[in-house]
Amino acid sequence: MPHSPHVPSPCRHPPEDTTPALYARLVRHGFRRHAAYPGAALAGAFTNTVFGVLRAYTLIALWQARPGLAGYDVADAVTFCFVTQAFIGPMQLFGGGLGIPERIRSGDIALDLVRPAPLQLWAFAEDLGRAAYLLAVRGVPPLLAGAALFGITAPDGPARWAALAAGLLAAFAVSFGWRYLVALSVCWLTDDRGVNVLSLVLTTFFSGMLLPLGLFPGALGEVAAALPWAAIVQAPADLYLGTAPIGPTLAFQAFWTVVLAGLGVLGTRAIRHRVVIQGG
Amino acid sequence: MVRTYALLIWTWTRSAAAYPASFALAAVFTTVTAAVDLGVILVVFANTTALAGFSRDEVLFLYGAASLAFCVTDLLIGNIDRVSGHIRAGTLDVVLIRPAAAWVQLAADRFVPARIGRVLQAAAVLGHSVAVIGPDWRRAWMIPVMLATGIVIFAALWTLAGALQFLLTDAPEVVNSFTYGGQQLTQYPLSVYGRDLVRGVTYVLPLAFVNWQPGLYVLGRPDPCGTPEFTRFLGPAAALLLSLLAALAWRQGIRHYRSTGSQG
Repeated sequence: MPHSPHVPSPCRHPPEDTTPALYARLVRHGFRRHAAYPGAALAGAFTNTVFGVLRAYTLIALWQARPGLAGYDVADAVTFCFVTQAFIGPMQLFGGGLGIPERIRSGDIALDLVRPAPLQLWAFAEDLGRAAYLLAVRGVPPLLAGAALFGITAPDGPARWAALAAGLLAAFAVSFGWRYLVALSVCWLTDDRGVNVLSLVLTTFFSGMLLPLGLFPGALGEVAAALPWAAIVQAPADLYLGTAPIGPTLAFQAFWTVVLAGLGVLGTRAIRHRVVIQGG
Repeated sequence: MVRTYALLIWTWTRSAAAYPASFALAAVFTTVTAAVDLGVILVVFANTTALAGFSRDEVLFLYGAASLAFCVTDLLIGNIDRVSGHIRAGTLDVVLIRPAAAWVQLAADRFVPARIGRVLQAAAVLGHSVAVIGPDWRRAWMIPVMLATGIVIFAALWTLAGALQFLLTDAPEVVNSFTYGGQQLTQYPLSVYGRDLVRGVTYVLPLAFVNWQPGLYVLGRPDPCGTPEFTRFLGPAAALLLSLLAALAWRQGIRHYRSTGSQG
């Protein structure tokens, strides 16, 4: 479809189409799309559990050598391990989850950009549905296995549960914000494998998924704790354990949510121009 | 069989070499991804001098040995676990009517020469740790035996994973627990793990013979779990036994495969 810069930008949508009902429908759609493959989700849960058991033993050995490391006791460390394994699915820690890269390559993104809802919110709503499904089906089994095999702890008291719920939502928002930027980068890089690998390494290593960030030595630990990936895993895990103050942790997550969402808005604007230029 | 395999991987290598910059980048990327596990070990030993009785260099020795065996296997036949994808896409039928063994075709399918980067990374870690530890040279003959055993055990494991996918067409990720899980398990001294788990990977799924039992011999250490001295040398026998089992399972998988097309 030939676009020219003189054609009015399609970003003015009729307000009745961007109602909360639309987004609720998109969340439900994202949920149901993943619910169509329960076998795949349960297989993922099984694998995440097996790795959780293996990682737990390593952490137990480390905490036996150095009790109280990073402010955790052994029970905290093992709980941390299974909680982070439970995050792999919903937080999509190995990357991807968004259909945007394929749609940029095929050119279908041009259609997405003229839809009566902004691409970023649309993708966010669908991804939220995906995360909700995977939290239930891929997140709960590792926690149950951890409780049965190692006696991991659960948050006590409604205040901690409320903080955890808020922390999970914020962690998801940061995870989405980061993956959205990675997905948009396809518009500039014909081959996205490099960005994906970079994102995978940064997300697994600096989120706390592999080791609690408190173990990172010196300045590396301080830097890692301030980066956005810490808001995806380390922060909600600390809210689960009750090992971090609730207010500052949520504020930290909110900060990265806003920063990444803002960059996402700029990125969406940039690809809109790029699509117009390529089309015309 | 070997000639067919060599021809297939050479074809994939030539196609990858057509884009040398992309090939070089992919090699760097796979090396970087593999280095994450190494980073975890280094961070662990930034906090402690010993893990379950083993020093940093000893753990790096075990990591290097297991990683080298795993990465060589992954390079050579790592795509054998895409059976479920072939079944769903219908391409397994095409594989079966070609005049070459299905295992060879699937093992060489989409061969990724860039995975050589990870092999080199693992070899560098192993070489470095051997140089630092300086094991008794009368025991060092075990190192090549250990690597060969490890490659055979992992190859059998990948084959079992592929065979299992004839049953688990819709949930292929389950087999990652055994293949990548086996890699994760063997990165650390087995004395880290619970007694039942160690028994399981010694007598049922013989991952203990990839690097742990022969590694103890090279390091000249008794087994903290108390197995007798002669188990250090059982690796090749265990590898052979597992290979036979894997071959049987693979045959069963192929024999019982019924194409969706053939049922009319």
